[in-house]
Amino acid sequence: MSGQHRTPRGGRIDRARPIRFTFDGHVYEGCHGDTLASALLAHGVHLVGRSFKYHRPRGFLAAGAEEPNALCTVTRDRARTEPNLRMTQVELYDGLDAASQNSWPARGFDVGAINDLLSPLFAAGFYYKTFMGPRAVGGTTMWAKLFEPVIRRAAGLGRPPTEADPDHYANRFAHCDVLVVGGGPAGLAAALAAARAGRRTMVCDENPEMGGALLTHPAAEVDGRPAAAWAASAVEELRRLGATVLPRTQGFGYYNHNFVALTERLTDHLAHPAAGAPRERLWQVRARHVVLATGATERPLVFPDNDRPGVMLADAARAFLHRWGVKPGTEAVVVTAHDAAYRTALDLHRAGVRIARIVDPRPRPAGPALDAARAAGLPVTAGGTVIGVKGSLRVSAALVARSAGAGATDHEAVPCDLVLMSGGFTPAVHLFSQSRGKLRFDAATQRYLPGDAAQAQSSAGACAGAWGLAAALDGGSAAGAAASGGEALRHAVSGDHPEDGGGTLGTLPHGRDPSRVKAFVDFQNDVTAKDIKLAVREGFKSIEHVKRYTTTGMATDQGKTSNMNALAIAAGALGRTLPEVGLTTFRQPYTPVTFGTLAGAARDELFDPVRRTPIHGWAEARGARFEDVGQWKRAWYFPVAGEDLHAAVAREVRATREVAGIFDASTLGKIEVVGPDAAEFLNRLYVNSWSKLGVGRCRYGLMLNEPGFVMDDGVVGRLALDRFHVTTTTGGAPRVLHHMEDYLQTEFPELRVWLTSVTEQWAVIAVQGPRARAILEPLVEGIDLSSGAFPHMAIREGAICGVPTRLFRVSFTGELGFEVNVPSDHAAAVWDAVWARTEALGGVAYGTESMHVMRAEKGYVIVGQETDGTVTPDDLGLGGMVGRAKPDFVGRRSLSRPDLVAPGRKQLVGLRTEGTAVLEEGAQITPVPDPKRGAHAIGHVTSAYASPTLGVPIALALVENGRALTGQTVYVPMPGGAIPARVVSPVFYDAEGERLHG
Amino acid sequence: MADPSIARTAPRADPPGAGALVSLGLVPPATRFSFRGDAAAADGCGRALGLALPRVACRSAEAGDRAVLWLGPDEWLVLAPEAETVPLFAAVEAALAGVPHALVDVSHRQVGFAVLGRLAPALLNAGCPLDLDLSAFPIGACTRTVLAKCDVVLWRRGPDAFRLEVNRSFADYLAGTLRVAERGLG
Repeated sequence: MSGQHRTPRGGRIDRARPIRFTFDGHVYEGCHGDTLASALLAHGVHLVGRSFKYHRPRGFLAAGAEEPNALCTVTRDRARTEPNLRMTQVELYDGLDAASQNSWPARGFDVGAINDLLSPLFAAGFYYKTFMGPRAVGGTTMWAKLFEPVIRRAAGLGRPPTEADPDHYANRFAHCDVLVVGGGPAGLAAALAAARAGRRTMVCDENPEMGGALLTHPAAEVDGRPAAAWAASAVEELRRLGATVLPRTQGFGYYNHNFVALTERLTDHLAHPAAGAPRERLWQVRARHVVLATGATERPLVFPDNDRPGVMLADAARAFLHRWGVKPGTEAVVVTAHDAAYRTALDLHRAGVRIARIVDPRPRPAGPALDAARAAGLPVTAGGTVIGVKGSLRVSAALVARSAGAGATDHEAVPCDLVLMSGGFTPAVHLFSQSRGKLRFDAATQRYLPGDAAQAQSSAGACAGAWGLAAALDGGSAAGAAASGGEALRHAVSGDHPEDGGGTLGTLPHGRDPSRVKAFVDFQNDVTAKDIKLAVREGFKSIEHVKRYTTTGMATDQGKTSNMNALAIAAGALGRTLPEVGLTTFRQPYTPVTFGTLAGAARDELFDPVRRTPIHGWAEARGARFEDVGQWKRAWYFPVAGEDLHAAVAREVRATREVAGIFDASTLGKIEVVGPDAAEFLNRLYVNSWSKLGVGRCRYGLMLNEPGFVMDDGVVGRLALDRFHVTTTTGGAPRVLHHMEDYLQTEFPELRVWLTSVTEQWAVIAVQGPRARAILEPLVEGIDLSSGAFPHMAIREGAICGVPTRLFRVSFTGELGFEVNVPSDHAAAVWDAVWARTEALGGVAYGTESMHVMRAEKGYVIVGQETDGTVTPDDLGLGGMVGRAKPDFVGRRSLSRPDLVAPGRKQLVGLRTEGTAVLEEGAQITPVPDPKRGAHAIGHVTSAYASPTLGVPIALALVENGRALTGQTVYVPMPGGAIPARVVSPVFYDAEGERLHG
Repeated sequence: MADPSIARTAPRADPPGAGALVSLGLVPPATRFSFRGDAAAADGCGRALGLALPRVACRSAEAGDRAVLWLGPDEWLVLAPEAETVPLFAAVEAALAGVPHALVDVSHRQVGFAVLGRLAPALLNAGCPLDLDLSAFPIGACTRTVLAKCDVVLWRRGPDAFRLEVNRSFADYLAGTLRVAERGLG
């Protein structure tokens, strides 16, 4: 049995398909098509949770996305546990396991409810006032010691899952001519008009079934058919016309250039989702035109205890009755300032709900709705009010006063188990506002309506202020037609009540002691009318400040039901009009969006591209340890027989210096610079002079940025008069290419030269060490490797192992060295051949750590390690490379800036220390061993290693006037005491460079 | 003479599976040149290739098994069979002696993927923000764009047939991304 409060027939549910589900451990039965809310209400369950601050018992306020109270946690397994879901949007499936939140030990008896009694302590701004509390011992405030930990424990709704999300989330970029957000009468009519005009049309709706208000007006007919049937046929026609129809899809963000984000729920409603099926899909839509048909949200009335379970919005009761066949109570008091609730009362009356009273705070309500209610014999108290309710876990009576105003204490208790309220309807202008459209205040109806659109956008239906199905359909048709150049069709509507109207804002007068009652404005954040008045009394005048101070509208529902009432109360307290007080900003997302949806596929291995060289597989098979360099995986060292980093590096370095080592340098950035003006272009981009570099020769180049600081370096080889092979640092490759391209296109467009990235065209095998030539000689064809024919800093083209090579004679180790460039697809095979030779001769493969150590032994800098964006060529001791005779190059003018030529700049030096301890990279350097606190540091350590070649620790450092300090002692203060260090030349090994020319 | 033991080794990229609605695979190794130059250079290059270089933005030209993709006002990507790398390079250079231009061999820089099937546009749109409707991106259209977090060249060969060119070290990432995206098509 799907509940004793179910109507005998009607609703959009499938009564033949019962569903069993669990709520707080109790098993219930519902129907296919139910939400958790409708299924529980069918069983008479109203109490479904506790409120955020006061732990007040709460029930359902609404029936849709705007629900502030009824939040639950749905658990499929330990990892699939999602808190803070609106029960009004949780679709029932067999085995659904949901639990209420914020209540302990049970939602009927909750210890935290003590906060309700202590509420004078928790008035508006309580949180902020704790910041200002008395100072506790030790200078920390009470905030840090007491309030923060306590609030942190008590705050928050629900609990996050404890395991990683196992689900998959899809993403889709989409383009269309017309995107319609909202699938009610206006949205469907707009989509139909656009699709019939042949436009690429998309329409989304947050509900499982399209139709919106068409589904809650069973007496209405559109084009001669029942409204719901018309909606179904419209959806069918849209699909037939090729439109993208997306139910269960929330339009949550409207951004620039008609970019709208939607989230589509794909599996949450299924009992057994297919393994691996995406749970949600993020749609990132770019639309030529957007039609917003987002409807309107009914406003609660603000009266004491308006949050008791059983008090709900009248339109929600209408939806529960007509969509889900549920009577949300047996005896109802309807409090309304809008005619629509009379219609709901009549529908409930016909369904067998006793209408105990209709209370209308308007002084002289009149019109067909009132007449119809009276004709049906429903008792109406016109000009009355409700000053409270009885019942805590469920409303048991409404306190009805015959007259409004301060004297409204003279009341009668009207027994009931349901109080329906309506303060009128607030157009859902959230997305319009996000689109940067200007809202305008309509004084006659006291509503904010869409004004001028800021993008190619229009609003139709209730969100544009229209009332009634006919107006919504016509507005939608017109908007869709205007957006598509199509024809605006008129839809014939009967059985609707377009003449209904009304509404009120702010609190109902109740005449009770305001300090002793709670009339809720923001149900989710437990903000009452008196909180807002208190904020105004305490001096907050801007609505944005009132919002932050009271937290009204700042819960996960973003104040969908509360903002207008809060605004009206604040305006009343300030003695200003609504537009004078202004509206708070609407922000994305309209409803909460899962992190999974936003992350999509970007997680784990695919979080960011992992780039591997063609030689990666070999290194992996050899047990290499890898390090991340940007997105690249680089072989760090190759441990054998349980070696640690230091042992492996010591072995690799010694073997390289004694025999030879090979190294995968494929990640080096490479740019082919081609064209008749190539040399001139390089003249302008590097400090060096390139015009006289002979074909077949290489030069180490230094690149500055405009302020004159070193930004990259690398060897450049000249392959032909008009063709250079430029190398960059691994990390700098994209930056350098962009830098070059930027100057070429904006500063030097007259140069006939083109840049092509060839980083990945060429894999690079560095062969270094005394036997390097012996390794390569049998493999290389067409290149004479002898020192005379192929000197240091030369480049040759030929073949290796039968494939083309660009062979550099260069060294980053200080040893005789070659860098073998081969097309990437051949790299693995060439590496194998080179490795076979190397291994046979007693050499090694080495990784990036040994590369770093060997270059430091030689005093070769690494851009980004010895440099930090404030270092000039002269600081590095490379001032001699600067081509003084050149008319200009990027950074040249800056090199003569006073601060760059002033004495006292930090200069690159070497440091030698006693013992075996290696200095810390980044450690500060001082002239004395015991500097005073705050004393000026004269430099810092940039690189430090245990040198396997020298058998001692070495370091590179930047020290003020460092070169002049050579031979003197400086100090590196560390927690265990200052370490003395002797300033030496940065070249620790083979200062004459004889080994290079071996 | 090429050593027969030195074969081209495609980069690490587990090709995505062949689904019912869309299939993905690596294309065979190919010759790829980046060609840069002005209109005169483009004319000369086209004569050497036997195929006029397209002058309309984001459009391609094909003749036999050669194709040229417009990538910029002075930039084209030339595609040809693998064996043509050396002779074709020489032919273009010979035709353009004295004409400023840049011809660079990038055959090994990139990897090609073929994406085929009715859902190919949807699959690509999981990571590519372009409008792939035939009206916006017709057959023969080509462009540099992004797919998830990597740069690609996208070329439409048919209503349901695309070729992706991606720098080789991103092939693994691209294949993984498309594999995951395939699961999201349902």
